[in-house]
Amino acid sequence: MSDGFVWLTIFVLSVFVGIEVISKVSSTLHTPLMSGANAIHGIILLGAVLVTGSSDDTAVLVVGLIAIVLAAVNLVGGFVVTDRMLQMFSRKKPAKRQEAGR
Amino acid sequence: MSALDTGLGADLTQLAYLLAAVGFILALKGLAGPRTARAGNLVGAGAAVLALVATFVYFPLDHKLLMIVAIAIGTAGGVLGAQRVQMTQMPQMVALFNGVGGGAAALVAILELNEMQPDPVSSVPRFVLVATAFTILVGAVSFSGSIITFAKLQELMTSRPVVFPGLPVVFGASLLASVAVAVLIILGSPTWIGVLLALLGLAVGVLLVLPVGGADVPIVISLLNAFTGLTVAAGGYVLSNVVLLVAGTLVGASGTFLTLLMAGAMGRSVANILFGALKGGSTLGAGEASDRPVRSAGPEDVAIMLGYAERVILVPGYGLAVAQAQHTLRECVEVLQARGIKTAYAIHPVAGRMPGHMNVLLAEAQVPYEQLIEMDDINDEFQHTDVVLVVGANDVVNPAARDTPSAPIYGMPILNADAAKQVVFLKRSMRPGFAGIENELLFMPETTLLFGDAKDSLSKLLAALKQL
Repeated sequence: MSDGFVWLTIFVLSVFVGIEVISKVSSTLHTPLMSGANAIHGIILLGAVLVTGSSDDTAVLVVGLIAIVLAAVNLVGGFVVTDRMLQMFSRKKPAKRQEAGR
Repeated sequence: MSALDTGLGADLTQLAYLLAAVGFILALKGLAGPRTARAGNLVGAGAAVLALVATFVYFPLDHKLLMIVAIAIGTAGGVLGAQRVQMTQMPQMVALFNGVGGGAAALVAILELNEMQPDPVSSVPRFVLVATAFTILVGAVSFSGSIITFAKLQELMTSRPVVFPGLPVVFGASLLASVAVAVLIILGSPTWIGVLLALLGLAVGVLLVLPVGGADVPIVISLLNAFTGLTVAAGGYVLSNVVLLVAGTLVGASGTFLTLLMAGAMGRSVANILFGALKGGSTLGAGEASDRPVRSAGPEDVAIMLGYAERVILVPGYGLAVAQAQHTLRECVEVLQARGIKTAYAIHPVAGRMPGHMNVLLAEAQVPYEQLIEMDDINDEFQHTDVVLVVGANDVVNPAARDTPSAPIYGMPILNADAAKQVVFLKRSMRPGFAGIENELLFMPETTLLFGDAKDSLSKLLAALKQL
């Protein structure tokens, strides 16, 4: 099997997994799920690091660093905002003292 | 690429990447269930950290300090944005995060194209060039499209569809030009052609989202989210990085599926959402306030209607959240419950600005989860209900979605509020809802309107209820 087909296989299997794992989601969770998935693609940060870390040219370095900042915003911000949303679902007992702080 | 090919370090990196890929699968699976969602999100974050640390430890990278500073800056920005944002403004925050991710992917692909110079065709397999062009183009589309959705939701620009004469022609032309330039890259081109492709992608993204009308914007965010996922997957193939490929593909596939689910909940097709306005303004509504007669009442009258009812259903909408009146509504409901009145909140799947958004907003106000009833489960209850209190919602109870084939929201499933004995609307004005169409329910004889800011009206209503 050539290298290209290994990648294609991983891709196709991942498509099925991606659909399968979320197929039973209730509409209540659509927004947090979208937000969490949004955070996951922030992993492009890894790509930005790999490209920037092998640069030997100032222009490439600068563009690479910009890509790293953008990707980190996506990755970290995405997970934090998703957690904030989900925190509200899990608060079972009404915590009155939380209200004043809002 | 400075990839390690042999040795223990390479094996450990691949193992860490495999664990991270599994982590992302478990994260999505967790996020799809109410009890596991928060843990799932944390697993996803952990997987990202693991993959990142492995990369830093085992790859011979230069500029490590600068890169760590850049990550720290991005992290600070992301955390600050995520913590400061009001829950009502969360959809546009997600759009923004998605946009910068797409932008990062496009930049990475341009740098990769630069790396392949001077002769891309002989340095990498042809299909890597296809993936590179795809990442540049779609990443740029996702970036500019997300910025426009952000501007629309943040009301930096009009939320109505923006259509100008010749827009379909300009859109088609820029799309064709993008494809042509992408082919140039596949045939082997210098870096600046990649930059040109990114610029064309930016134009396509703007033109794609401009004609989409307010209520449909969330679907577009979900679609662009899937786009970014696919660009990250393609970027993973270009960089021979399995984590990027798996994570990107997962998001691309689940995001596409989620987009179809959301569109289905609104009774629309994705094609209709994207291109409906181009075909002749089907998502263009009236947008004008009507001067037809309605029946309005004061808070005391409404308090009496509610206080002596047996069954009351609350229909919360985005206007409730904008007025920050969720807490006051919950207090009103608690007074009603203390009087022995049966109450429930009817949650339309797209109440708020995004599917599930209203659940988040009410959860924030500590409304017990069990009192939130989804549309399909509550729609048969309306006919046995004495009073329906609609607070800051409009389109989700508009019977035009059921009865008027020419209405832009025709086909969207709605809450059958019109089946109840009486309907009370709390509204700021007669302005139509987000979709920009008039609501016949407002003019029906069983409907009463209480004008004013939702929070103000509910406070007065609460005081009046306590007097009963």
